[in-house]
Amino acid sequence: MARSSVQLAGVAKQFGSTIVIRDVTLDIAPGEFVVFVGPSGCGKSTLLRLVAGLEQPSAGTIHISGRDVTDVHPSKRGVAMVFQSYALYPHMSVAENMAFGLRMLGTSRAQVETRVRAAAETLQLDSLLDRKPRALSGGQRQRVAIGRAIVREPDVFLFDEPLSNLDAALRAQVRVEIARLHARLGATMIYVTHDQVDAMTLASRIVVLNGGRVEQIGAPMDLYRRPANRFVAGFLGSPRMNFLPARVASAGDQSLEVEVAGERVRVERQLAARAGDVVTLGVRPEDLSLAQPDDSAVPNGVLRGEVSLLERLGGEAIVHVALRGTQNETLVAKLPGDVSLSPRQPVGLRLNGSACHLFDQAGQAIA
Amino acid sequence: MIYGNRTSALLYLSPYLIGLAVFTLFPFVASLLLSFSDYRLQDSLNAAQLVGFENYAAIIHDRTFGKSLAVTLIYVFVTVPLKLAFALFIAFVLNFRLRGINAFRTAYYLPSILGGSVAIAVVWRYVFAGDGLINQALDLLGAGPVNWLGEPAYAMVSIVLLRLWQFGSAMVIFLAGLQGIPADLYEAARLDGASHWQVFRRITVPLLTPVIFFNFIMQVIQAFQEFNGPYVITGGGPLKSTYLLPLMIYEEAFKYFEVGYASALSWVLFVLVAVFTALAFRSSQHWVFYAQERGEPNK
Repeated sequence: MARSSVQLAGVAKQFGSTIVIRDVTLDIAPGEFVVFVGPSGCGKSTLLRLVAGLEQPSAGTIHISGRDVTDVHPSKRGVAMVFQSYALYPHMSVAENMAFGLRMLGTSRAQVETRVRAAAETLQLDSLLDRKPRALSGGQRQRVAIGRAIVREPDVFLFDEPLSNLDAALRAQVRVEIARLHARLGATMIYVTHDQVDAMTLASRIVVLNGGRVEQIGAPMDLYRRPANRFVAGFLGSPRMNFLPARVASAGDQSLEVEVAGERVRVERQLAARAGDVVTLGVRPEDLSLAQPDDSAVPNGVLRGEVSLLERLGGEAIVHVALRGTQNETLVAKLPGDVSLSPRQPVGLRLNGSACHLFDQAGQAIA
Repeated sequence: MIYGNRTSALLYLSPYLIGLAVFTLFPFVASLLLSFSDYRLQDSLNAAQLVGFENYAAIIHDRTFGKSLAVTLIYVFVTVPLKLAFALFIAFVLNFRLRGINAFRTAYYLPSILGGSVAIAVVWRYVFAGDGLINQALDLLGAGPVNWLGEPAYAMVSIVLLRLWQFGSAMVIFLAGLQGIPADLYEAARLDGASHWQVFRRITVPLLTPVIFFNFIMQVIQAFQEFNGPYVITGGGPLKSTYLLPLMIYEEAFKYFEVGYASALSWVLFVLVAVFTALAFRSSQHWVFYAQERGEPNK
C-alpha cells in the first residue's frame, strides 16, 4: 500500500460568518499515524473533511503525496474514510459495500472479488460477506467500514471518531485492531477523536486543536510531559492536571519556590520565571503522593487539606482533597488502590517537584 | 367505575363511530346487498327483487363497461408512473438547500390542495377549451389550435395532465423520504467516486423504495377512483374516451337510476383495486428495501 505525505498550508474554513478552522499548517510524513484531538466544536472533524475533500477550504492549500489536491474531487485524492456512523449502504451486503467504490472506479470484476476477499480475511469478515449491515453487530459494522476503506488501497486513511459508537470493551479491542492495521499496512492515517486515550495510544503524533487552531503538535508523551499551554496540559491526562493559583517566591538556577495554598513548594526545574511572578501551578494527579499532615520532616511541597471525595477504581484510588487555606481549591490525586483514607480525614499531599508545570497569566507554559 | 369510564370513552368516540357507521359501514353493506338486486332509484326499497348474480353477469356483457374498464386501466397505468416520477423529480429538486426553498415547497404543494376540487376542474376546462389558454399559447408559437376536449386522444391527455398537476402530496412524502436518507451515505458515495446519476440510482432510489411503494399504492387507489376531472372537464367523452369507471358508476346510479347495477359496478371496481394492491404488496418483497427489521426502532 502506498505511503503518502499530507501537507496543509494556511488552511482556513469558514461557514458563513463562523470561522471553524484558522490558518492550520501541518506536515504529515508518509506512514505516520496522526491523531486530531480536541473538545467538541474544535474543528477536528472539519479539518479531516477538508483533507477528504468533503469540504472546500476558504483559504490555503492541501497536498497529498506532493500533489495539490485542494480542488480535486474526493474520489480522486487517494483517500478513504471511515465515518463515525460507519455510513454503510444499508441495502447492500457486506461484500457489495466493500466493492462499491471499486465498481465505481471501473475495476474488473475479478479484481474486485480478490480485493474484497483479501480485506475480508484481514478483518475476519469472511463469514459475513452476504449479510446486510442491519444483521451485524456494532463491532462488525465498524470492521466492514474499515474493510471498505482497505479495498480501495488508499494512500491515506481518514478515520472520523470511528470508535465513538462502540461500548467500552469493544472500543479497546477495535483500537488494538486499528493499531495492528497501521503496523501492517504502514499507510498514512489521520484519525479524529475527542478521546485522549485513543490519541495517546494510537498516535505517532498528536495534533491538539482548540477553537479551530492548532494548540500543539507532537509525540504523545512529549505533549503529556511538556504541554505548551494550560489547554493542552488540561486536555491530555485523566483525571486532568490540577491547576492552582501560585506566586513565584524565589527563583534559582536549577529550581524555584512557589507559594501555593499558603505553603512553599519547590519546583525542581529550570524555568524562566522571576520572583514575584503570578503564575498557575500545574501538577498531574499521579505526581501527588500521600504525606502525613504533620510530616515536618519534609517541609518542601506538602499541601494540607481534607478528603472530600474518594473514588476507588480497584488498582488505584482517585482522591479529591479540599485544600486548607484556600477558597474551594481542590486537588485530585491518583493514589494506590488500597490507600487507607476516608472522607473528611485530614491529609497531606506531597508534590513531585520535578514534574510540576508553571503557566503564565496568558496560559502559556513557562519553559 | 369501570362502566362509567367505558361510557365516557364511547361518548368521546361517538362522533367518529357514528360517522363510520352512517357514511362507511352502512353504504358498504347496503351496496353489497343492492348489487344483488334490481333496485332502481325511483322505486321503493320494498319493490326491489333479489336477482342473484344477474347484475354481475350483465357487466361482463356490457360493451360500455369494457370500454370504461380499458379507459380506466390506461388512465391508471399512465398517470401513476408519470405522477410518481414527476413528484420524485420535483421533490429531488426541492431537497436542495437553497435560499427560499420553503416558499417553493409551499408553492408546489398548492395545486394538490386545490387540484381535487371541482372549481379547479372547471378552470381546467377553460384552459383546454377551443379558445382556452393552451390554444392561445400554441397560437403564439405558431401552432394550430388543438381540439383538446373534442378529440378522444387529447381529451385523455387533458385529464391526465390535471392529475399530474396534483403531484404535491406524493412530492411531500418523497421529500420527507429523501430527507430521511443520512447525508453521510452520500458523502461515502462521493468518496467512492459515484457520479450524481449513480448516487441517485444506487443509493437514493433503493433507500427510497418504501416511500415509492407507499406512494404507488396510494396513487393506484386514488387513480382508480378519479371522478371530478372527467366529470367536469369532458363529461366522459368524446366517444367515452374518458369514461372512467367511477363516472360510469355515477351515471348508472344517478342518471339511469340503475342503483343495483351501479352497486355491482362499485364492487367490481373495489375488487379491481384490491387485486392491484395485493399484487403490488406481493411484488414488494422483491424490490422494496426496509433499512430496519419490523418492530426495530429507528436509530
